[in-house]
Amino acid sequence: MRRYVVRRLLLLVPVLLGVSVIIFMVLHLAPGDPAEIMLGSQATQADLNRLRAELGLTEPLYVQYIHWLGLVARGDLGRSIWMKRPVLTEVLGRFKATLVLTGAALVLSTAGGLALGILSAVRPNSLLDRLSAVASLFGASMPVFWLGIVLMVIFALWLGWLPASGMFAPYGGGDLRDLLAHLALPAVTLAAASVTIIARLTRSTMLETLGQDYIRTARAKGVVERAVVLRHGLKNALIPIVTVVGVQAGYLLGGAVLTETVFAWPGVGTLMVQGILARDFPLVQGCVLVVALSFVVINLIVDLLYAWLDPRIRYE
Amino acid sequence: MSVRVAGVADPVVRAADTSRLRRGIGRAARRDRFALAAALVLVGAALVALLAPWLPLPDPDALDTPNRLRPPLSPGHRLGTDEFGRDLLARLVWGARVSLLAGVATAAAAMAIGVTLGILGGFYTGWVETVVMRLTDILMAFPYILLAIAIVAGLGPGLRNAMIAIAIVGFPIYTRLVRGVVLSLREREFVEAARALGATDPLILGRHILPHLLSPVIVAFSLDVGAKILATAGLSFLGLGTQPPTADWGSMLATGRQFVVLSPHVVLLPGLAIFVVVLALNLVGDALRDLLDPRTHER
Repeated sequence: MRRYVVRRLLLLVPVLLGVSVIIFMVLHLAPGDPAEIMLGSQATQADLNRLRAELGLTEPLYVQYIHWLGLVARGDLGRSIWMKRPVLTEVLGRFKATLVLTGAALVLSTAGGLALGILSAVRPNSLLDRLSAVASLFGASMPVFWLGIVLMVIFALWLGWLPASGMFAPYGGGDLRDLLAHLALPAVTLAAASVTIIARLTRSTMLETLGQDYIRTARAKGVVERAVVLRHGLKNALIPIVTVVGVQAGYLLGGAVLTETVFAWPGVGTLMVQGILARDFPLVQGCVLVVALSFVVINLIVDLLYAWLDPRIRYE
Repeated sequence: MSVRVAGVADPVVRAADTSRLRRGIGRAARRDRFALAAALVLVGAALVALLAPWLPLPDPDALDTPNRLRPPLSPGHRLGTDEFGRDLLARLVWGARVSLLAGVATAAAAMAIGVTLGILGGFYTGWVETVVMRLTDILMAFPYILLAIAIVAGLGPGLRNAMIAIAIVGFPIYTRLVRGVVLSLREREFVEAARALGATDPLILGRHILPHLLSPVIVAFSLDVGAKILATAGLSFLGLGTQPPTADWGSMLATGRQFVVLSPHVVLLPGLAIFVVVLALNLVGDALRDLLDPRTHER
């Protein structure tokens, strides 16, 4: 197992370098001078020169990249031009909110998807199975931001059961109950598409597993049906399910940008969109970097989980 | 002396294939009435979008503030008006042109890049393969929508840049798919036979490998157009795609959001349009997969 972990960690190096090149290039994709784009046409020559010096724009591109990479490695993501504060503290502060939202959505979609998938596999072609098939088609076809708005209109504005936006109530809030109330709608919105994907995959994998000989043996031995399904069936169906949950975790992290915008959730997504509209490149780079790094880490965890679940993978 | 290398080129086999395909289509149409209805919806949407300039509709950008936020079925505005009094039906129809074109064009661009790289990465070993696979690995190390947003951040907001970003982000799935198929074909007997007969690489690729790629790529493309429509609408919703006053389903949703309490139709209608079209695309894509992929036949 240790050798597998080391090899997997070494494989991270080229991916991380590639990710850093792409994030660095974001600043240099636009034709023209980044300093002029960031400061707009009203900027004075002195301002432009200062920003160029601050961002090191006078150097050749590869020197700029190496310099930038060195700073990033030391945790210095530069200063936000718009907020006039260090990017790293700003992004990390917002990242907590994104993690709360993504984590809640992942828990919802995994628990819901597993339950729905197992129930559909145990009774294929039942009403629940058919409904879940229709739901998965709808989930794949519905714009997540539209679903968010519809849920917000129904549950926050018409019924008044839940708050419409933000993470905490502006006055008198701040406790866990307040957070959960604010979290409910965005988490359900974000989880909606993933639930159906996890459910369909769980169903097909479970159907395949439940058709195996060892399941028949277990039943013949008189094992209780519940134990057959969960201990003999689910345990062996877990690997593809872990894969899809890992893929969904990454998808949720990306999809959070849209959901955060709908519900004014104070996460990295809203910060990034504000940064783009304000042409604040260091801030945008910081946001993309933090989210991309966590995505890479999620993929690493998923790969290590496989190896732990299925010893055959370690010896490939 | 003539030597037949591949079954694909054999006219008898090909005729049998065509008749089997035809019977398959008939069977699928009977079984899958939904897919047929979905195909009709798509043809209808495409026709309406194409014919927009000739349809008896008001100017989609004409402001009429006294008549703002009229509900559906108002006189002169069958689906009501938006926050500037612009006719919603006209904006939906003109928006269909932008949204559908963006979906098809970005999926086609992603497919063209992805299939080319997939063929190269699968057929040639060595540095070509390494470069192609590392590139797709790195692009796939980002969450899909995040990378698209980052690229738009660099290029600047706007529909054209949003489409470029989505095409770049979208090609690795085709590369992976095609490379997998090409890798398995490369070692097959008919490719070896063709090579033994002195066929050049372009001939082997064009005559013997490309035909096998058609059905998986068609299926992937048909499912991808819907995903691309959703992605473009998402970027427009964030204010990074289509810029005002151009109508596009995503941006209509974004601007209508502030008026959702009093006039929910301003948001519900463009969202419904996206939903119906993407649902139809997914239904047709699923039916195509059942038809073209023999492994799902005995479902």
